[in-house]
Amino acid sequence: METKSKAAAMWKALKKRPLSLLGFCIIGFFLLVAAAAPILAPVPANSRSAYLIPEDGYNPEPKLPSAKHWFGTTENQYDLYYGMVWGTRTAFKVAVLVVGVALLVGIFLGSIAGFYGGWIDETLMRFTDIVLAFPGLVLAVVIVAVLGPSLDHVMVSVAAVQWPSYARLLRGDVLAVKEREFVLAARALGASDARILVRHIIPNSIYPLLVVASLDVGSVVITAAALSFLGLGAPAGYASWGQLISMSRDWILGSPGNAFAYWNTVFIPGIAIFLFVLGWNLMGDGVRDILDPRQR
Amino acid sequence: MLKFIARRLLFLPIVMLGVTMLLFGALQFLSPAMRASLYVKDPRQLSALNEVILKYGLNKPMPVQYWIWLKQVLHGNLGYSETAKMPVAVAIRAFFPATFELTLVSFIPILLIGIYFGTLSAVKKDKLLDQTTRIVAITGYSLPSFVLGLFLLMIFYGHFQIFPPGRYSLNVDLLVHSSRFHHYTGLLTLDALLNGDFAAAGDILAHLVLPATTLIYISVALLLRITRSSMLEELGKDYVRTARAKGLPESVVVKKHARKNALIPVVTLSSLLFIGLLSGVVITETIFDFPGIGRWSVIAAQQLDVPGVMGATLLSAFLFVVANMISDMLYAFVDPRIRLN
Repeated sequence: METKSKAAAMWKALKKRPLSLLGFCIIGFFLLVAAAAPILAPVPANSRSAYLIPEDGYNPEPKLPSAKHWFGTTENQYDLYYGMVWGTRTAFKVAVLVVGVALLVGIFLGSIAGFYGGWIDETLMRFTDIVLAFPGLVLAVVIVAVLGPSLDHVMVSVAAVQWPSYARLLRGDVLAVKEREFVLAARALGASDARILVRHIIPNSIYPLLVVASLDVGSVVITAAALSFLGLGAPAGYASWGQLISMSRDWILGSPGNAFAYWNTVFIPGIAIFLFVLGWNLMGDGVRDILDPRQR
Repeated sequence: MLKFIARRLLFLPIVMLGVTMLLFGALQFLSPAMRASLYVKDPRQLSALNEVILKYGLNKPMPVQYWIWLKQVLHGNLGYSETAKMPVAVAIRAFFPATFELTLVSFIPILLIGIYFGTLSAVKKDKLLDQTTRIVAITGYSLPSFVLGLFLLMIFYGHFQIFPPGRYSLNVDLLVHSSRFHHYTGLLTLDALLNGDFAAAGDILAHLVLPATTLIYISVALLLRITRSSMLEELGKDYVRTARAKGLPESVVVKKHARKNALIPVVTLSSLLFIGLLSGVVITETIFDFPGIGRWSVIAAQQLDVPGVMGATLLSAFLFVVANMISDMLYAFVDPRIRLN
């Protein structure tokens, strides 16, 4: 009952914020595309995986949109429309998995550090100091370069760069919450450490972290796409927006006399990434404003 | 204050030690043969792979290798970067001024635009100007630098044939490497002016326009938001109401009273923003082929050039810790309440 009225209040607050609503609409649209991918872009019968973009010949020169290829083709004749549609699934996978894994690791380590204190806390916090002293992207590039280029390794590296700030944030809130009386009461009732942490402390300290994480989804997607852009992501022909953009890099100057000869290879995936990130950011902004009235 | 600085300075080597250990540890996942292959330039030299491994001690246990590297560093020898084709110390000296110049050229407009429009946006809350500023800000931090960079290159370099990538044109390249060009500051635009060569300064500036625009558009959002929300908070406080009640003109209330206090978080954040720019130019430099630290560190990381990565990362970790220190000192400087405690 309590959560229902909370959701209703949130919906009411959201209706007053057209930009946040726009964010929900953008992400909703991409969700529909991702769900309907097999209908929008049927997988060719002889394909090994739905995520492999069909190739129409081997001409290196990209082609403009046509009846056969709605968005045209990239270099080496990968169908851009197919890549964009199935790339939506890749984008969601990256956004949700990276933030989810970083959150889980951050929650686990941050709550333990805050709850137990002592050397566990000290070690962990010094470790996060070190990771946070790196320029994130360079560390991620090193991790992917060592593990070998692949989409999974891109996700691992971005999550590895992301979790320390979550652990720090949650630790601070756990430190404050663990002194509260209801924790003492739970302890007096004989609850175990694990139960106190999971049932009492984490639910009461997690909101700021969730707000920050919802604001981070956009930047996580950008970082992962940047790694793909640097050629560290999925192999050529895999449906991923970052990779499609990186395939356009040699063609941005167009043909002699016409700089926009291959505009589709840059603009279509570029605008998709932009809208996807914008949608998450607008949504995150809305969530933050509603949960943190100070910013209004 | 002195004690505070001393503690931070003590912290610096510890963080740098940690950073290098972590990097070194990560790179140990590669087999000695893979790490040795960096030194092999020609397939015919492959038979010498074992000699290379022995020569550089690549098969020794990791702590031993780290110790060897650390001893070299403490002797002032950062090693040789295969990707830059020069010693790491020389590479840093060659690439850092370029990155610094680009960062500086972007940072000053970011400060001016961010503070000016951030204030205005708060004063005219929910008016057209505020809405426009907020839309510019949110699109700015939603646009990946590589997407914006490619768009700009296509339009301004491809179509209009102005603002080329790189750091300078060929004739300026020859000029700056000639003996009659004096390097006073390392900032090439300034050096060209000091040498009295306005054409060269114009050329260098033209190369800076697109990467700087990219950085400004993407980074100004943070400053806009912080200034706006901090300004809104101050405008709601009692002393602002008092100032208004005693009949001060609105411009004095905004500029002399509220903004001075609102800038406290902005000032402290700006040193971190500067370092964020300095180490965040990785992608921008790569797209615009701008020969700075960022582009070098990406190439070094991609090709697993261990000394190169270590050198570039050491530099950014150093800058990061120093910036944190400056930020804390600025905080104490602009806010007397902190100084007194």
